[in-house]
Amino acid sequence: MTILLDSNSKIVVQGLTGSEGHKHGQLMLASGSRVVAGTNPRKAGQTSEFSWAGGHALVPIRATVAEAMEKDGADVSVIFVPAVATKAAVMEAIDAGMPLIVVITEGVPVHDTAEFYAYARNKGTSRILGPNCPGIQSPGESNAGIIPAGITGPGPVGLVSKSGTLTYQMMFELREIGISTAVGIGGDPIIGTTHVDALAAFEEDPDTKVIVMIGEIGGDAEERAAAYIKDHVTKPVVAYVAGFTAPVGKTMGHAGAIVSGSAGTAQAKKEALEAAGVKVGTTPSTTADLARGIVAELGLDRWDR
Amino acid sequence: MDLYEYQARDMFESYGVSVMRAATATTAAEARQVAEDLGWPAVIKAQVKTGGRGKAGGVKLARDADEAQAVAEQILGMDIKGHTVHRVMVTEGADIAEEYYFSLLVDRSDRQYLAMCSRSGGVDIETLAKDSPELLAKVPVDPLVGVDAAKAAEITAAAGFDEADRPSLEAMFVKLWEVFRDEDATLVEVNPLIKAGDGSIIALDGKVTLDENAAFRHPEHAAYRDEANVDPLESQAREQGLNYVKLDGNVGVIGNGAGLMMSTLDVVAYAGADLPGSPSPANFLDIGGGASAEVMANGLSLILSDPAVKSIFVNVYGGITSCEQVAKGIVQAMDLLGERANKPIVLRLDGNNAAGGRHVLKRARERLAGFVLVAETMDGGARMAAQLAAGVASIDELRNAREGENR
Repeated sequence: MTILLDSNSKIVVQGLTGSEGHKHGQLMLASGSRVVAGTNPRKAGQTSEFSWAGGHALVPIRATVAEAMEKDGADVSVIFVPAVATKAAVMEAIDAGMPLIVVITEGVPVHDTAEFYAYARNKGTSRILGPNCPGIQSPGESNAGIIPAGITGPGPVGLVSKSGTLTYQMMFELREIGISTAVGIGGDPIIGTTHVDALAAFEEDPDTKVIVMIGEIGGDAEERAAAYIKDHVTKPVVAYVAGFTAPVGKTMGHAGAIVSGSAGTAQAKKEALEAAGVKVGTTPSTTADLARGIVAELGLDRWDR
Repeated sequence: MDLYEYQARDMFESYGVSVMRAATATTAAEARQVAEDLGWPAVIKAQVKTGGRGKAGGVKLARDADEAQAVAEQILGMDIKGHTVHRVMVTEGADIAEEYYFSLLVDRSDRQYLAMCSRSGGVDIETLAKDSPELLAKVPVDPLVGVDAAKAAEITAAAGFDEADRPSLEAMFVKLWEVFRDEDATLVEVNPLIKAGDGSIIALDGKVTLDENAAFRHPEHAAYRDEANVDPLESQAREQGLNYVKLDGNVGVIGNGAGLMMSTLDVVAYAGADLPGSPSPANFLDIGGGASAEVMANGLSLILSDPAVKSIFVNVYGGITSCEQVAKGIVQAMDLLGERANKPIVLRLDGNNAAGGRHVLKRARERLAGFVLVAETMDGGARMAAQLAAGVASIDELRNAREGENR
């Protein structure tokens, strides 16, 4: 089992006919994901053709997300449209009642995210992942987004991270153990799915035995995650926080990664997590070592599944 | 992007928010003239994007023209927390009866907006929030509704304002919401918001932060960019579309992805902590996903032009991008840079087609041997780059030691 995404997931790509959408749609298909449709009102009724080493697919283009849900059974949407059109694309997916909306697009104005997140919260039928996130991958089952396939296979570790490349790095570090689901939540000031949401899902997932959480400076999401872990998570959690040496007042790449005043420092996050019983690594490698140690203590390896 | 006070003031005025009459000056003579036009007393305020301006002596009252000139002379060129004052704003003196506080901001925790308001303004708001939280009203604002008349009334009630003052405060809060919404601001703060002797409500000092992601619908915001006060390397990086932040150390760092890059800064700082001179990162530089030869060359060139840099650590995890392409990019970059590539570079490549990447580097070995070293791991690469910057090992010694281990 996995969280949020499995081999039954049927993916519609909003922006499949654009260059990024096409490129990643193909990579998703090549990794075995069920990409069942794309949307583009001007190209509705056409098909997009994909071919890769060892495979070929024709994917129908629908006018709307609602149509892709009705005709193709789509239950996950992955959004690759440009930032200027992202709010409208997410609103459309929410209106259609899409259960999981993965927003890959970066550079979305925070007011747009605030509005579509509030809209989704009011409606209560959609979970949003991102924006500015790498998506979600359940190795061996499905891949919704841009996390490269094949870094590692299925395994007992659930991974949640704000950063894309650190997600890949950690999957690589843990490649001999394997991942149940890797969730890239994104580093923007407002995101649809938080560390806490992912922790809750991993706690419920019987096949996730150990949780690795990657955070970074800025905001208080890691502190909130620490409080949640203390009260609700029984599985072992290992964490890594990036940005110990980041200076105050400088944005470190992600719009949300900024230390302001005394808030949002990596040290404060580490202390909060440790107080909740979480083992915190100082680098991605030492963090992977901690996770590896726990997996060994539990007598697990990927071949147990 | 933070605005200067005078820019925030002008923005407020264009939305119908009451502000003091004011104009800016960049010389003392100009400040004298502006003050004479406004009348006495006048207030001369340093324009810097940092707090604690008053305490540092950056805000002064002037009662006549000579005093205005003398005060402006003192303030212009002053250093306030590392910010040089290049401009002052001259305003008419305010008749302050009471000082309040108001702000609108993006609340990351609750994933909506937050209005904060207090009758005890004019003080450092973080101190107030810590020491007397009961004096600071916090009212969530629904992004889909905003601050309408009902929300404004909720805010004035929560802050405990007198009935008589509420209508004009509420009208101003709605206008400040319009600034926040229509300008794509992530912060609109008025501190102090004052009640004047005649009972009128005036925004005396303002702070506005704009969302740079919203630049596509605000071409006019480009004018707020303050190139004069930006590090020249940061400004060059921006032109080339590189995400670069100058830091204080001497190990140049290049990586792909913001999170991995931030992590690389930490790993380099840890590696350098016990070495002579404690080498640490000289910069943050994220070259992003599709690191072409040109992007890599621009990045390397930028870092090589920083005189503080003693060694360079390139840390790439190839996701979608093939490491082979990244390695080709580095080789091409070295060719493009020629003589300018004169500092030792430690390179760590993992992920998509890492073997292909290493092969490319091996083939270019003859040309690169003097200054490029390939590391097996991120932590190991950081250590080598820190040792090179500290001058405790040469690239040949490190290579020999590594080859010894491999044997």
